Amino acid sequence: MPKFEYAPAPESRSIVDLAASYGLFIDGEFTDGGGTSFKTVNPATEEVLAEVAEADEADVDRAVRAARTAYEKVWGPMPGRERAKYLFRIARILAERSREFAVLETLDNGKPIRESRDVDVPLVSQWFFYHAGWADKLDHAGLGPNPRPLGVAAQVIPWNFPLLMLAWKVAPALAAGNTVVLKPAETTPLTALLFADVCRQAELPAGVVNIVTGAGETGRLLVSHPDVNKVAFTGSTPVGREIARTVAGTDKHLTLELGGKAANIVFEDAPMDQAIEGIVRGIFFNQGHVCCAGSRLLVQESVAEEVLERLKARMATLRLGDPLDKNTDVGAINSAEQLGRIRDLAAAGDEEGATRWSAPCELPDRGFWYAPTIFTGVTQAHRIAREEIFGPVLSVLTFRTPAEAVEKANNTPFGLSAGVWTEKGSRILAIADQLRAGVVWANTFNQFDPASPFGGYKESGYGREGGRHGLASYLEGSK
Amino acid sequence: MSKTLIAGLDRLPGVDKVGLEARAAQLASRSIKTTSKQWAIDLAISMVDLTTLEGADSPGKVRALAAKALRPDPTDPSCPRAAAVCVYGDMAGYVREVVGDQVHVAAVATAFPSGRASLEVKLADTAAAVENGADEIDMVIDRGAFLSGDLATVHDQIVAVKEACGSAHLKVILETGELQTYDNVRRASWLAMDAGADFIKTSTGKIQPAATLPVTLLMLEAVRDYRIATGRQVGVKPAGGIRTTKDAIKYLVVVNEIAGEDWLDPDWFRFGASSLLNDLLMQRQKMLTGRYSGPDYVTLD
Repeated sequence: MPKFEYAPAPESRSIVDLAASYGLFIDGEFTDGGGTSFKTVNPATEEVLAEVAEADEADVDRAVRAARTAYEKVWGPMPGRERAKYLFRIARILAERSREFAVLETLDNGKPIRESRDVDVPLVSQWFFYHAGWADKLDHAGLGPNPRPLGVAAQVIPWNFPLLMLAWKVAPALAAGNTVVLKPAETTPLTALLFADVCRQAELPAGVVNIVTGAGETGRLLVSHPDVNKVAFTGSTPVGREIARTVAGTDKHLTLELGGKAANIVFEDAPMDQAIEGIVRGIFFNQGHVCCAGSRLLVQESVAEEVLERLKARMATLRLGDPLDKNTDVGAINSAEQLGRIRDLAAAGDEEGATRWSAPCELPDRGFWYAPTIFTGVTQAHRIAREEIFGPVLSVLTFRTPAEAVEKANNTPFGLSAGVWTEKGSRILAIADQLRAGVVWANTFNQFDPASPFGGYKESGYGREGGRHGLASYLEGSK
Repeated sequence: MSKTLIAGLDRLPGVDKVGLEARAAQLASRSIKTTSKQWAIDLAISMVDLTTLEGADSPGKVRALAAKALRPDPTDPSCPRAAAVCVYGDMAGYVREVVGDQVHVAAVATAFPSGRASLEVKLADTAAAVENGADEIDMVIDRGAFLSGDLATVHDQIVAVKEACGSAHLKVILETGELQTYDNVRRASWLAMDAGADFIKTSTGKIQPAATLPVTLLMLEAVRDYRIATGRQVGVKPAGGIRTTKDAIKYLVVVNEIAGEDWLDPDWFRFGASSLLNDLLMQRQKMLTGRYSGPDYVTLD
């Protein structure tokens, strides 16, 4: 009997017009950057996709001044109901061009088209629709009548969800009446630059959205610019710390969404098949490049063996490979650098005596790849249980009682998210109440909604994005 | 039925509705093309239980259906046969005359579709169908007893019918549309398997909703887990409402990814359907010739 082989089902990349080089988007125009331009590659093939400009100090200053002018002359004074029209228009255009965005996101980031098409891009459009609805209702955001925008927002976003993080930052800022200068990650700038095209298509006034590309130095110049009123950053905890130091002592507002090491807690009475799916979604979604990934599995001892057997069987069905194939479940690691970091931390797991098991999948010859991996026999003392790996690597720990589960889940410097799997409703509420994490998912994992605030405790950062709370971080209450 | 078995059924893991349906939807989005599609269509044809269950069924009608099961596409001898013809018990003999031992003869029994009759009547119904030549019996469970919590009655009736089947295979219809919850479907699946079912089947086709992808996925999880627990393999048959090739292929994807490739075989997976076969045949002709023909290029029944 022949095995069920899915024939390749590649999404066409012809829908995307890739330019050989991209400039900076400042004051509604694409311009050259003053820095040394750099290349962005397709992590699945190592093919160079395009050359991208680097913004130097003068470029960043120009972008901030453009944003300031647009804020004072156009966007700030504009009634909310007018701003809403622009946001609705952007949301619609994003939905109309969703296939183009999904393909480009997959090319630049390495994530499977199934996820960019079914998760990222639809959420991006939803984020703009949701915040468009808020633009004329800011009086009801819980900050009293007539809350005011902060001014110019400097926004720095990571490479794991390039377009979605852009939406999380830009949509609330614009809805609240701020203008923005956004810096996408240096490995994934292309969808942000395509978004600039959407802003032009929507006839957004010049200077309301500015996009400066570059690496760490460009980001540093942006967040330390004296004429910026708000800094919003999503990324690693070390960089977040540096930004907090830079901003300290100024009157800039700051939101930080940093790392995580989320506990995914499976009780013995969990809906077992769905819990296995939730574990898989928790850690292997987006190759584990998720700050709220469920990277620590806490499973009750009585079912630990069963859960592991089922998990391994399920992992063996994950399809790793060409991210543009519609049947691919696990795509490429975003960069050689990140792949090295994952390998180093996994090696630490071996050295410290944990047992490694990887899904039996063939890795492509070219590109950056890492097979979905679990470590068993992990304890709280292991590095792989404490440090964020940011890759498809799961550490499995066990517990005996609910109290022990909570204790272990909270025993981490992070606190972004957590998961609870049990059929008992009262236990869900009791455990969720005790977990120190910004989001607790019950019988599900990695679900995002524009109406739901998202953010962390402890080293996972501060401030919230999404919902009324996220909006509030771009507004000042009336005084 | 022993108390320990009932306690065991209570300890089955729960089913989270949202998660189950999300998983089914995700698997349904698999993209199947060209060579895999060709292979899947032939496999699906070989899994069809070609069915007629009307009060107005006549010997002539079921003979015609039996002929079709033997030669689904008269213009193409390479087209595989259907797995079985499924009829009422009194019609089984006419099917057997036509198909000989080349295709299975399935008969519904046990006061199908309601199951509302005494056990004696159900057993007599079963025995008569077997005597008429059926080598597969599709029985319905007593949903009234199941929903009132009287699992022992359901279990014991399946055991008795299985005995009355003799060497015929027993397919147990859970009528999942009436069981309402996914937890009930999982419990009924285990109950039926434990009582000796060779196949578990979703529906009679007379109640809506009939087979759905999530319910079938859940039953495939049950047979997979049951084989791990006991070593015995049980088949699955979704029935009712599967009309298109596209749907059938989604089911095959779920079979492959949930239960595994061991179940990708007419011995372990069937489609209970009447109109599905013609769509499979039209798609098959399209794949082979590159052109769509039309409903007049496949036989009526």
